[in-house]
Amino acid sequence: MTVPELHEITLRVNGVAYRTRVPARRLLSDCLRHDLGLTGTHVGCEHGVCGCCTVLVDGQPARSCLMFAVMAEGCEVTTVEGLAAPDGTLSAVQRAFAECHGLQCGFCTPGFLTVLTAFLTENPKPTEEEVVEAISGNLCRCTGYQNIVAAALRAAEILREERAEEIVAAGDGDGAEPERAREEAAE
Amino acid sequence: MTRLFGSPIPRLEDERLVSGRGRYLDDLGRGALAAAFVRAPHAHARIVDVDVTDALDIDGLVAVYTWEDLPGKLAEPLPLLIPHPALTHPKTGYPLAREEVNHVGEPVVMVVARDRYVAEDACDRIRVTYDPLPPVVTIEDAVRAEHLVHEEVPGNVAAHLVQENGDARAAIAAAPHTLELDLDIQRSASMPMEGRGVYARWDAEDGSLRVYTSTQTSTSVRAAIAAKLDLPLHKVEVVVPDVGGGFGVKIMHPWPEEVLIPWAARLLGREIKWTEDRREHFISSAHERRQLQKVRVGFDDAGRVLGLDVEIWHDNGAYTPYGVIVPIITSTQLLGPYKPGAYRVEFRSLYTNTVMVTPYRGAGRPQGVYAMERTLDAIADYLGKDRAEVREVNFVKPEEMPYDHGLVFQDGRPLVYDSGDFAASLRLLKELVGWDDFESYREQARAQGRRVGIGIACYVEGTGVGPYEGGHVLVEPSGRVMVSTGLTTQGQGHHTVFAQIVADELSVPIEQVHVTTGDTRLFGYAVGTFASRAAVMSGNAIALAAREVRAKALKIAGEALSRDPEDLEIVAGAVRAKDDPDTALDLATVAVLSNPLRYAFDEAAKRATQFAVTDTSKPPVPEGEKPGLEATAYYSPPRSTFANGMHAAIVETDPDTADIKILRYCVVHDCGRMINPRIVAGQIHGGVAQGVAGALYERIVYDENGQLLNASFMDFLMPYATEVPKIEHAHLETSSPLNPLGIKGAGEAGVIPVSALLASAIEDAEGFRITRMPISPSDLWHLRQRFAAGEIEPLHRASRRETA
Ligand code: FES
Ligand code: FES
Repeated sequence: MTVPELHEITLRVNGVAYRTRVPARRLLSDCLRHDLGLTGTHVGCEHGVCGCCTVLVDGQPARSCLMFAVMAEGCEVTTVEGLAAPDGTLSAVQRAFAECHGLQCGFCTPGFLTVLTAFLTENPKPTEEEVVEAISGNLCRCTGYQNIVAAALRAAEILREERAEEIVAAGDGDGAEPERAREEAAE
Repeated sequence: MTRLFGSPIPRLEDERLVSGRGRYLDDLGRGALAAAFVRAPHAHARIVDVDVTDALDIDGLVAVYTWEDLPGKLAEPLPLLIPHPALTHPKTGYPLAREEVNHVGEPVVMVVARDRYVAEDACDRIRVTYDPLPPVVTIEDAVRAEHLVHEEVPGNVAAHLVQENGDARAAIAAAPHTLELDLDIQRSASMPMEGRGVYARWDAEDGSLRVYTSTQTSTSVRAAIAAKLDLPLHKVEVVVPDVGGGFGVKIMHPWPEEVLIPWAARLLGREIKWTEDRREHFISSAHERRQLQKVRVGFDDAGRVLGLDVEIWHDNGAYTPYGVIVPIITSTQLLGPYKPGAYRVEFRSLYTNTVMVTPYRGAGRPQGVYAMERTLDAIADYLGKDRAEVREVNFVKPEEMPYDHGLVFQDGRPLVYDSGDFAASLRLLKELVGWDDFESYREQARAQGRRVGIGIACYVEGTGVGPYEGGHVLVEPSGRVMVSTGLTTQGQGHHTVFAQIVADELSVPIEQVHVTTGDTRLFGYAVGTFASRAAVMSGNAIALAAREVRAKALKIAGEALSRDPEDLEIVAGAVRAKDDPDTALDLATVAVLSNPLRYAFDEAAKRATQFAVTDTSKPPVPEGEKPGLEATAYYSPPRSTFANGMHAAIVETDPDTADIKILRYCVVHDCGRMINPRIVAGQIHGGVAQGVAGALYERIVYDENGQLLNASFMDFLMPYATEVPKIEHAHLETSSPLNPLGIKGAGEAGVIPVSALLASAIEDAEGFRITRMPISPSDLWHLRQRFAAGEIEPLHRASRRETA
């Protein structure tokens, strides 16, 4: 039987360039997990329904089980391993999940974290309904979602607080800005 | 130091899990060979021939195995884990099918290859010729017994059991009123987000095997592997990594793969891993829930149940390796918080050519509660009484505790409730949901053209079943406290709650406490995580071990400080004199002192030598003592402890589309003293979500040939955030008198009453009887048609409302 042809690809994942050789049929999820050893991205169904395998491709959530690794050539991929700051400080979304008991077994969690990271960038001040909508493509069997929603809202709050602090720290603008930023964060 | 027991601290597990540093089964063993299986495409067939020739030239293929290749005990049927005298015709499958397959998905051939892609290529090229046999798919088919699943099992009846307390049939005959109900509840499944998986490494030099498996029971898998592969127990290590949910399905063991993968790893001298895919999980793991029930009940004018007679037909699927635990639980836990005058229950557990049935979260209780609560609703309706009131008159009262039902429970022990205050719970729930104000809300809604209904359902849950669990607590010379227990964890937050217990008992900062679960290298004796038993069993065992460590620390420090241990206390990780806090010794130092051999590796050891007591009249380790600041303890309860709860919900049904919407969902829950209320709440949320899933969305659908029609997440409708209601809850804490910590289990509570509850609420909204769950909008729409045609019974209360 013929050996499948291998394709040499370069993937940029969490800011690091990886060179690897994969058959055309290799799923991005398998490539990330088994070729690159980034096992934070999980596989719950391999048919695009559960969202466990969600990663960010050029900043947008994508199901890595529905993409071939070769399709990610030249893209910027972010996995759950890339959400924390380089010094290991957890991102606001990650902290909020821990704070609000937004996970139990943690298997679905990387998918929720990546989806919400993208969502909160676009919508920093979501309503509860908008959060539910944003995560409505991710399955969780453990939590009943209630605390995931709470975590998302909390993350938005942390992000706003942090932004307000940044503005205060920067101290530029018309002087009224820090006030406004703080007010906004408090809302 | 503030007490950690009872406080809702965030989990210690989470930092690792949110940063992608979890280690689930498939995250391990990079570079291991991969296994895949050829599985039966027929529900019932004889295997005529297996032809592997086409697969053999695939590049990367390593091995192909069929039943014929299996040696010794591996070629025998898998074990019957829990025999029971009522289980007169047990049947278990072979690791790889021998001559016959009994459900779609049964493993027939195992392939090992370079990776999973290649292994699946090979599976595709293996030709198995079958001679199909007529399948038995439903309970009705099984009862008719025109065809048999197993030739040697007459009538397809695996087990038949009757239990009776009093003369129920006579009581019913003599009762002022009687009713009869036919009920039906469908199949569902645990469906953890992580499927099963096994990864094995053989160490040829040491003659030992290390197996990682995504299981709810490490020690039992270890024993099964040792037995099947004929290895000494101590040469098999089973390690349970992070597990992505279990909900019961991972308590079943050994799965065929749990013995086959280690066997092949030893044979080939290579690391091998099998990671289940989603379709495999649907067709080859286990399901639960399907039962038909017939209830006959006799009652008085107050709605007091005088006699209850229940007949259950339970679908156990193709095999019974896990025995008849599920129908036994259904038949006993059916009683809930009530005490019927007399009770008789009879079940038949039946074979069908479908995936086998093993416990799924709630384990038979949702069905039992469904039968009982539907019955109480029917009684209330018949008498024109309030549904909550009819429940209340049947409650076991707090002063009647402990209450003996005169039946035998799942653990083989008498069914005796230890504590609970059901009337108090009911009061709390009625207040929370606004039970007494609902009629006016209904009127308002009706005026707006909306149709709403309210429901209520109560349950009692036997938790913390024995026989035992153990715990080991060790204070290292570094001051680190290492805790281990043999049972496993699948996301329940055990590491946090066990650490809370130990941090309190030893008065050490929780950051210093490190917990390991489900690793036979650290703890070899255990039962497993199921039946809401982990906190009760291991929690108490660990507390007992920590108390021993505490006593030992006080004793050693007492010797070193020349003080009576009675005069010492442990505060913030140091043993100190009660009357002189400056006279203190770090636990770390005490740990060093506990071992007479202390080369001064570090400062702690150097410091410790100044306290070395040299009573030369005794040996350095006196008789009856052991070196080390550590202890192992076991907790073994006399019988189960019974948690309880009640749920109420308000639903709205769309008059046109029959869409069912949950407007409010309220829970009152009593699991004794709570170690961590945040984790308890999380368990309830998750349980309710699974309950709602099972009541409104999920069902396992087989066609008449035994093909599973919805073996994917596209078709098996697991709810997303958009489908799960917000849960409001309140707690009652009636401490369990059975264990030192006063706790009861909380893992399954949320799921148990949901089908009964939503049936009750939907029925209340619609005005006609609901007897079959789950219910979808299209089911409801069809019921409306039948109701309009006069084919189903109206609720009396509906017509009463109309005339009122
Ligand atoms: S694994 Fe990709 S969506 Fe489920
Ligand atoms: S936390 Fe287990 S699946 Fe979401």
